[in-house]
Amino acid sequence: MTSPQTERTPSIDPATRSVDSLPELDHGDIARYSRHLILDEVGLEGQRRLKGASVLCVGTGGLGSPLLLYLAAAGVGRIGIVDFDIVDESNLQRQVIHGASTVGKPKLDSARARILDINPKCRVDLYPVALKADNALDIIAPYDVVVDGTDNFPTRYLVNDACCILGKPNVYGSIFKFEGQASVFNYRGGPNYRDLYPEPPPPGLVPSCAEGGVLGILPGVIGCIQATETIKILLGKGTTLSGRLLLYDALNLKFRELKLRVDPTAPAITELIDYEQFCGVVDISEGAEADVVDEGFARQDVQTVHDRLAQGWKPLWVDVRKPHEWDIVKLEQAEIFKPHAEVIADGLGDVPLDRPILLQCKSGGRSAKAAAALVAAGFSDVTNLEGGINGWVKAFRADLPTY
Amino acid sequence: MQVSVHIPTALRAFTGRQARVEVEGETVEAALTALTTTHSGLHKHLRDSEGRLRSFVNVYLGDEDIRFLPEGAQTPLAAGAELTIVPSIAGGRS
Repeated sequence: MTSPQTERTPSIDPATRSVDSLPELDHGDIARYSRHLILDEVGLEGQRRLKGASVLCVGTGGLGSPLLLYLAAAGVGRIGIVDFDIVDESNLQRQVIHGASTVGKPKLDSARARILDINPKCRVDLYPVALKADNALDIIAPYDVVVDGTDNFPTRYLVNDACCILGKPNVYGSIFKFEGQASVFNYRGGPNYRDLYPEPPPPGLVPSCAEGGVLGILPGVIGCIQATETIKILLGKGTTLSGRLLLYDALNLKFRELKLRVDPTAPAITELIDYEQFCGVVDISEGAEADVVDEGFARQDVQTVHDRLAQGWKPLWVDVRKPHEWDIVKLEQAEIFKPHAEVIADGLGDVPLDRPILLQCKSGGRSAKAAAALVAAGFSDVTNLEGGINGWVKAFRADLPTY
Repeated sequence: MQVSVHIPTALRAFTGRQARVEVEGETVEAALTALTTTHSGLHKHLRDSEGRLRSFVNVYLGDEDIRFLPEGAQTPLAAGAELTIVPSIAGGRS
């Protein structure tokens, strides 16, 4: 990545495809899409463009759910979906393409069934994998437009870079709590995600939706904006969000718009890199390897902690979740309830520094940050409960809820 | 010069949940310094260890990214100017 970005690969504009190459509409199509056909901006030609179009959606979660429903309903001929997740009960609050009947099944199967129910003529391609540097170009290459509905920084930079290399428009959306962002990247010479954010934040500084929560309807609004932009790109009509960042604040119901520019100093994107490394993500899911990293505190899974307690270990159990989470579920072993931000800010009061401490949150992320802060404050024996209260409840307390 | 700063959801924990904070400052830089002086928890989210604005946090004056203003963070502010902090957020799938 050495040459200046002025040498960017021009993105391919799907709306420039010749009319002769587009599929014809049959009588069934004409009846089905009559409300589109009478719009000047769509008409017969536009509907044929949609029928001949292909869209890849990365992720079938909060953003992917509504946008896939609408793209299928609108008559997009071919839809690809990348996801490897299973439908979970806690997804149903916002992931409206899935339902109670598909909990426990692969999201791809659940999404395909719903898409085909809406539009049996839609060709649905499934990619039950994690998008990675070694498969992204092959997966993205056949599609006209990519819609980014992911939930993590490594995949967002990967999707962006792959789209830039292949010249594909990338329809961006992102959400957090009550706030959403949307834009169109790499379209008709416009900016891309790296022009907006050259580098990702270090891991841990930005909470995830699993940690911070998200209003269920928020991804519906942002996902529908992404679907709108996708259709406009396919039709070549209207003014897209290219060059603009849309901010949506659901709590105060405000839309704001900021200018986005191509950064002339940004390096050109010419190859894919190691995005986990770029984003500083260390995989702690493999427990054995996690112990190798010297963080000054121990990361132990629920079984290990359970066994140690059974053998007489008596740590001071600190629940660092927020008060409204304690109302949902709490464990009788917890002696101190103090939100992690407060633990980080002012420690544990007069608790002696040599007292063994066990920190617990919802799934282990916030408590690890509190653990690092306690180690820095001088505590000598700190353990983080990996998996948090949800892991504990799943393993040992079937009588309590998870959330 | 009193100006207002829009605080994103992700950083409101450090401003006592306020979505908008009024600060004094003659330039963008001075206003941000006033902001992090009043709300010290924001400092490490906005600046790196050398005091530079972090690359994953964008600051806008009106609707312009200050990185693309000729005077950058030294751009003078008019009374009533609006600054917006826009951090990168990743949520969407899970």
